[in-house]
Amino acid sequence: MKNPAEIYDIIKSNFPDGIFELNTSLPVEPLIQVNPMKIHVVSEFLRDAEELKFDSLMNLSGVDDANGERISDENGNEIIKGGTLSVYYHLHSFRFNHKITLKVSAPRENPEVESVENIWKTADWHEREAFDLIGIKFINHPDLRRILMPYDWEDGSHPLRKDYQNPEFYQGMKVPY
Amino acid sequence: MGLLDKEFSESNIVIAKTEDLFNWARLSSIWQLSFGLACCAIEMMATSASHYDFDRFGVMPRPTPRQADAIIISGTVTLKMASRIKRLYEQMPDPKYIISMGSCANCGGPYWEHGYHVLKGIDRVIPVDVYVPGCPPRPEALLEGLLKLQEKIRKETLRKKSA
Repeated sequence: MKNPAEIYDIIKSNFPDGIFELNTSLPVEPLIQVNPMKIHVVSEFLRDAEELKFDSLMNLSGVDDANGERISDENGNEIIKGGTLSVYYHLHSFRFNHKITLKVSAPRENPEVESVENIWKTADWHEREAFDLIGIKFINHPDLRRILMPYDWEDGSHPLRKDYQNPEFYQGMKVPY
Repeated sequence: MGLLDKEFSESNIVIAKTEDLFNWARLSSIWQLSFGLACCAIEMMATSASHYDFDRFGVMPRPTPRQADAIIISGTVTLKMASRIKRLYEQMPDPKYIISMGSCANCGGPYWEHGYHVLKGIDRVIPVDVYVPGCPPRPEALLEGLLKLQEKIRKETLRKKSA
């Protein structure tokens, strides 16, 4: 069993340019910030390394950080420009019973993150959900389509974005109250 | 009932108005579509179970819309579900009745403002006969809704469809 600082040191020595920092000041579990274009190799290492063996992805979730600039568009609606969208990975090792949380952040305008679907199968539907509701594009995902919203929901519209605007109608049904 | 609670020792013929007979038959055997959506469906199942015993009013679940007289919209109707419910409703033979159960089916309930995926009232898609308020309604409230529906059916005429 290893604590987060030890896990961080092991990854840092193997991927000096792949991870950025260990944040232990949070009220929640300590998390390691990872480069979104390195998350695949880092994940593969975490799963396979003899002393780590993270064999279970407990959860993967997309988050709208809403840390960009808030501006009004031509219709007077508040939209967010810039800032980041994030993905959190909660890992657990059944072998050693230790846990770690990873975080990747990608720019809001082009939120591309590597898929970990071929490392933990759990990630398949979780990544589809993060794509459906937040709009994160998972590179190399084999089947990145909506999972909860209908397939004919407006393209490029992701309801859990903080600046999401409800459509007026869906299939002729009025959406607002 | 009035018709059957006397014994008929001298004659086996009962004379009744066609409308009364039809309405009595219909309101006494409302077969509901076996269909539930959310937490309201738990209360609906409790109403069907032995303690509240929906069957004493002739209500029993049917697994196909072709054999159903009523559909109880018991829960949150998402936009994705709404078109499926409409299809089920269209597959039911006339006469057919709809009980909207709980705040979500009545008007969107707690999802009225931020529910991007919720239909704000099933009456935007299909016509509702009885609205049962509550979140979720207790089985007693659903039974009251059923009695209201029975009252409505009792007043129907064959000349003009009222529901």
